[in-house]
Amino acid sequence: MQYWIIQTLNSLALGGLLFLLAAGFSLIFGLMRIANLTHGSLYMLGAYVGISVLKYVPNLWLAAIIGGLVMALFGGLVERLILRPLAGNALGQVLVTLGISFIVADLCLIVWGGDPIPVPTPPALQQPILVGGVAFPTYRLVVLAIAVATALALYLLMDRTRIGAMIRAGVDDMQMARAVGIPVSRLFTAVFCLGAALAGAGGIIGGPIMSAYPGLDADMLPLALIVVMLGGVGSLLGAFVGSFLIGAIYTFGTALLPDLAYVILFLPMIVVIAFRPTGLFGRQSV
Amino acid sequence: MAFTRRRFIQAAGLGASALGFPAIVRGQSGPIRVGLMTVKTGPLASGGIDMERALVQYLKERNYTMGGRKVDLFVGDSGGVPAQARTKIQELVERDRIHVMIGPLDTASALAADDYIRQAQLLTLSVAAAEDMTQRKPNPWFTRGTSTSSQSAQPLADYCAKTLKYKRMATIADDIAYGHEMCAGFQRVFEDAGGKIVQKLFSPLTVPDYGTYIAQLKTNVDGIFLGFAGSNGFRFFRQFNEYGLRGKIAVVGGMTAFDEAVLRNMGDEALGIVTSCWYSAEIENAINKRFVANFRVDWGYDPGFYAAATYVEAAVLEATLQALKGDIEDKPAFMKTVRAIKVDTARGPVSFDRYGNVVGSVYIRKVERKDGRLVNRVIHTYPNVSQFWTYKPEEFLKNPVYSRDWPPAKNLES
Repeated sequence: MQYWIIQTLNSLALGGLLFLLAAGFSLIFGLMRIANLTHGSLYMLGAYVGISVLKYVPNLWLAAIIGGLVMALFGGLVERLILRPLAGNALGQVLVTLGISFIVADLCLIVWGGDPIPVPTPPALQQPILVGGVAFPTYRLVVLAIAVATALALYLLMDRTRIGAMIRAGVDDMQMARAVGIPVSRLFTAVFCLGAALAGAGGIIGGPIMSAYPGLDADMLPLALIVVMLGGVGSLLGAFVGSFLIGAIYTFGTALLPDLAYVILFLPMIVVIAFRPTGLFGRQSV
Repeated sequence: MAFTRRRFIQAAGLGASALGFPAIVRGQSGPIRVGLMTVKTGPLASGGIDMERALVQYLKERNYTMGGRKVDLFVGDSGGVPAQARTKIQELVERDRIHVMIGPLDTASALAADDYIRQAQLLTLSVAAAEDMTQRKPNPWFTRGTSTSSQSAQPLADYCAKTLKYKRMATIADDIAYGHEMCAGFQRVFEDAGGKIVQKLFSPLTVPDYGTYIAQLKTNVDGIFLGFAGSNGFRFFRQFNEYGLRGKIAVVGGMTAFDEAVLRNMGDEALGIVTSCWYSAEIENAINKRFVANFRVDWGYDPGFYAAATYVEAAVLEATLQALKGDIEDKPAFMKTVRAIKVDTARGPVSFDRYGNVVGSVYIRKVERKDGRLVNRVIHTYPNVSQFWTYKPEEFLKNPVYSRDWPPAKNLES
């Protein structure tokens, strides 16, 4: 029984972490129709920037905000200066994001070195709490709470604000959105900044669990891809459900069928794509 | 440049005539060209950069001279990608015309280059740990001065069973050949000494989260053996602490789990952990003391596994060249000499078995705090450890190579 409680909490905490990673990826993918392969790098760079901030201000939440803002700026520059001139050339854009991810990876290696760097858990959250008689890391539950809060905030943004309506319009039908006077171009930059900020902040919030190390980017990117493919491109609900689904499949899959640890993440994605090519909550794009 | 048949015959003719000269004329001309095949980019870069730093330090200390000849160093970076390692090795051989290669760093790269090393007859002083390269499929041009995957794990199993008196243990390692081989060696020796391995877990190399594995750990064991490489041991152990397991289950580690490179980013939670390795920056001998002191002056941290690896290989190379009076051109003589040599290095005395693998001390170490930093203090030394531990080589080699499923784990509890 205790085992199942722990594994359920594990799967929820992992799902929360995945949501912070995948939400921005889904938004960018949905609106701009490009798989932003720098997303893992933004996550890693956010974690490293946060670590540098933590040296001066030992406050994880502040580091997350600063890491997020720096990544928003970085993302905005990438979108304006590099992706914009390649507009219309989706393949070119995807390749250039891949190239940027290599450059970021090597820059991180030069600046922060090759050793794994731990992100300290905030002192107040270091003690495990007892859930049904078993110890579980408090911090993981906080990550889950942050993910749910972020999801709620994003939902309000997308569903209740004018800018959210414009983004949804852009995701559903780009041509028509342009035709009715929505500034799609500015929207692109805004969404890219938002997605980058989410990834960067996610990097540092996930830091106490994952640490920062070279290769973190390549470890995280496929997870974002899987979540978004499963949940549906451009759908916030899809990213949310997809994250927790993957969290659960991963946790219980590796616990119950350890020999399938490698394929367990991809099997559900293949099944979903075979029967619902747009993902669980994706809409047919026009 | 197309490689035509005519060119081949010309080259072959040149080669043949070169071979016809007496050795003394072929040798002794020009510098010895040493290639270092390492990793300076990507996830393995931390160790790879240390390999270069330590080798350069060794050469500087010798004023770039070995066996009476100047030494030129050429460095190749594979990024940790096996296919690229093979290409880079070919580049080192054919463009830079190296005489001898130190490296590659990782097992996968060593295996990818295996056939090329045979074909080019490239003198190789390797760091990679793949068991069979010095066991069932020995490469005649391959010598290893560090350790096979299980060579350091087997003494640790002995120590756990006999000194720590552990009876029941669990193992967890990366799901790669290195992790399989280490755990298999640990299991065999531990169970032969009367212990029981009651749980074996393997996690993917790039697992995002160890929580799901930690939740499965048995808590009714005397200790758990960690067979992780790179940053994984460090990540696992942090999460292990988060789940409040520190102090409840004793942790022992393989040769890369709590390396000096990892320790410098850890805190008090690592204190008291016992690991085994063929090296520690704390080994008390004159060579090592000077190595560590100089390395600390240059880089500000203690050398670990990878730095020591090239420093030791360089000592083996130098001793061999001294015995050969600098004549590295006679390849069979080099291989014969290097495998017969006995040399004092930073890790202690080193010699080789007939398969080209090192016989040397393995140290049981304990993490302690010294001058404000964490170190692996040596608490016990197993001298002259062979890759076959105390088993007879012939009988050892009749068994299948160590793997996930061999030796079979008979005492697992579900």
